[in-house]
Amino acid sequence: MRNPDTILEVDDLRVYYATPQGDVKACDGVSFDVRAGEILGLVGESGSGKSTATGGVLRTISSPGRIVSGRVVLDSDDILEYNDEQMRRLRWSKLALIPQGAMNSLNPTMTISAQIADVIETHEGRQDEDALRERILELFRRVGLPGRIYSMYPHELSGGMKQRACIAMSIALDPILIVADEATSALDVVVQRVVAQTMLKIKRELNVSFIMIGHDMGLMAQVVDRLAVMYSGQLLEIAGVEDMFESPAHPYSEILIDSVPTLTERKSMRINEGITHDPRNPPSGCIFRLRCPFAMAACAETRPPMVEVRPDQLVACHLWKKTEDGSYVRQSV
Amino acid sequence: MSNRSIAGVPLSYIGNRLFTFFLTVLIAASVIWIIPRLSPVDPAEAMLGRMAAGAGFVENADQILVDLRARFGLDEPLWKQYVVYLKNLMVFDFGVSVANFPTPVSQMLAAALPWTLGLMIFSVLIAFVIGNAAGAFMAWQETPRIWKIAIPAAMVFTSIPPILSGLLLMWLFAAQLEWFPLTGSYGLFETPGLNWEFILSVIRHGTLPALSIVVVTFGFWALGMRGLMTTVQSEDYVQLAKAKGLRPRYILYRYMIRNAILPQVTAFALKVGLLVTGQILVERIFSYNGMGKLIYDAILNQDFAVIQGASYIVILMTAASVLIVDLIYPFIDPRIRHGGGQ
Repeated sequence: MRNPDTILEVDDLRVYYATPQGDVKACDGVSFDVRAGEILGLVGESGSGKSTATGGVLRTISSPGRIVSGRVVLDSDDILEYNDEQMRRLRWSKLALIPQGAMNSLNPTMTISAQIADVIETHEGRQDEDALRERILELFRRVGLPGRIYSMYPHELSGGMKQRACIAMSIALDPILIVADEATSALDVVVQRVVAQTMLKIKRELNVSFIMIGHDMGLMAQVVDRLAVMYSGQLLEIAGVEDMFESPAHPYSEILIDSVPTLTERKSMRINEGITHDPRNPPSGCIFRLRCPFAMAACAETRPPMVEVRPDQLVACHLWKKTEDGSYVRQSV
Repeated sequence: MSNRSIAGVPLSYIGNRLFTFFLTVLIAASVIWIIPRLSPVDPAEAMLGRMAAGAGFVENADQILVDLRARFGLDEPLWKQYVVYLKNLMVFDFGVSVANFPTPVSQMLAAALPWTLGLMIFSVLIAFVIGNAAGAFMAWQETPRIWKIAIPAAMVFTSIPPILSGLLLMWLFAAQLEWFPLTGSYGLFETPGLNWEFILSVIRHGTLPALSIVVVTFGFWALGMRGLMTTVQSEDYVQLAKAKGLRPRYILYRYMIRNAILPQVTAFALKVGLLVTGQILVERIFSYNGMGKLIYDAILNQDFAVIQGASYIVILMTAASVLIVDLIYPFIDPRIRHGGGQ
């Protein structure tokens, strides 16, 4: 079932945050894969565990959070087994990050180019000065930044430029996978579009894979190849973006997609509350059942497993029943 | 709008700082001129009173009063006294000392200042460096556990007044171990001058006073730095630096300390002026011939000319250190250099 061009395989990843009232299971048994040269979108409302799941992949979870179990296989190695020094060497050379707040993600006391140079020299050793300069300027060109920002400091750049500087930094070492954590969320729509297009261009030119975290379904639809929907620490559905938008398999995906406004039709949000249960005390069975319009008795009993209901469309929902020939059909309620 | 600049620092910035410097000095100098004149005591009468108290009876008291007023310029209108005062300040003429009549105050200050300046710059810089390093390592997550215990333990001295820590150091290192001389600025038999023996003697005599200041002040820097480091540690750029796989030590220096230290540098400038006065007691117990001792003796002897002159020097030093830090600041914080962050 494994796709041959899988570059990252996340298997049953669990990341918990310790609180005095018990663990919050911010990422509770999440499994997905990322394939070569694709953008995987990761959507879900605030607190659904998107950033925690990728934090587990990047191993950037810090106390009181901890990775409880699971496997994160990058390039046929389980990086959760790595020690700190192995992990440090792996960072950026294989696994880069475009941070959530590009506004504050650059060191205010170093020039943009110095912050790109330091990551190159840390991982590849001392570089020839002219070659390094040329390499950084080439990175700027790739993301559409002018060469004049070479010796500028972060405060001299606009928000969009800073975000593109972060993208330039992320591709400095030709990584296999880049995690873009809400990379466009803090920007206005015009700049959002430019940044999203920059990422698409990078993907095509360098054949690098992305995990793109976001909550803007409209923007996601334009950029990503596959979409994964998270809810309260669990993955509910993962499918190609067309399949997901045309025929969402999970009731929650359906609601999310139905809530995307269009120019021709004004519709009310079908989601009007956030995650309703206390994350320290999640409901039994299906995590979504308290808000699900189709909840049945079975939903309270067991957590639905992730099953492939159509080619390359996986969903965790009791509505889907296996038929005798092995295919799945959705029950009508 | 002129865009002229020196080494990337706009001229207007430098102009502003210089203007602030002169304004600060002028206002402060005016305040120390006004305060004694608000007092209902007539200095000439007070002087006569002291003469009378000493001799029991003074002949020609009225004439002496007039003469005293003329001698000290007290018969002039206030504005004229003020102008003369400012003029004299510019050439560091503070009149003569009453206690050491007729030594000019400027001469006494000139003799005391290098000692204080030397001791202070030395001890303040050491306290700043040690304190900030201690604070940084207290906050850093990678610091070995033993240091995380040792550093706060060393900071118990912070709550001891400098005189007590001075006495403690004297007892331990001078009286018991006899590593350092007990008191004085240099050996009795040394001739001041640029020879090794004298310089060595100065360093040996300065060590304990400096140490007693360092021991009690480094905690101030350490606590401030720890707080700043904790804030910087959670900044996005530090998190990204970790995700970049940079070496922890490099992140500590270039990403954390480099940013956390900025407010400390500002505090440093303000602390300098306070330290001159804070040093008074330390100089006193070590019989160190600095400004502190000068001010202490002057207060005991009601030697107002010396007090005024010394106050003026303290003001100048504080304002100058603020000016220097302001002029250095653009080079350590690029956001100021380019007129950003306004």
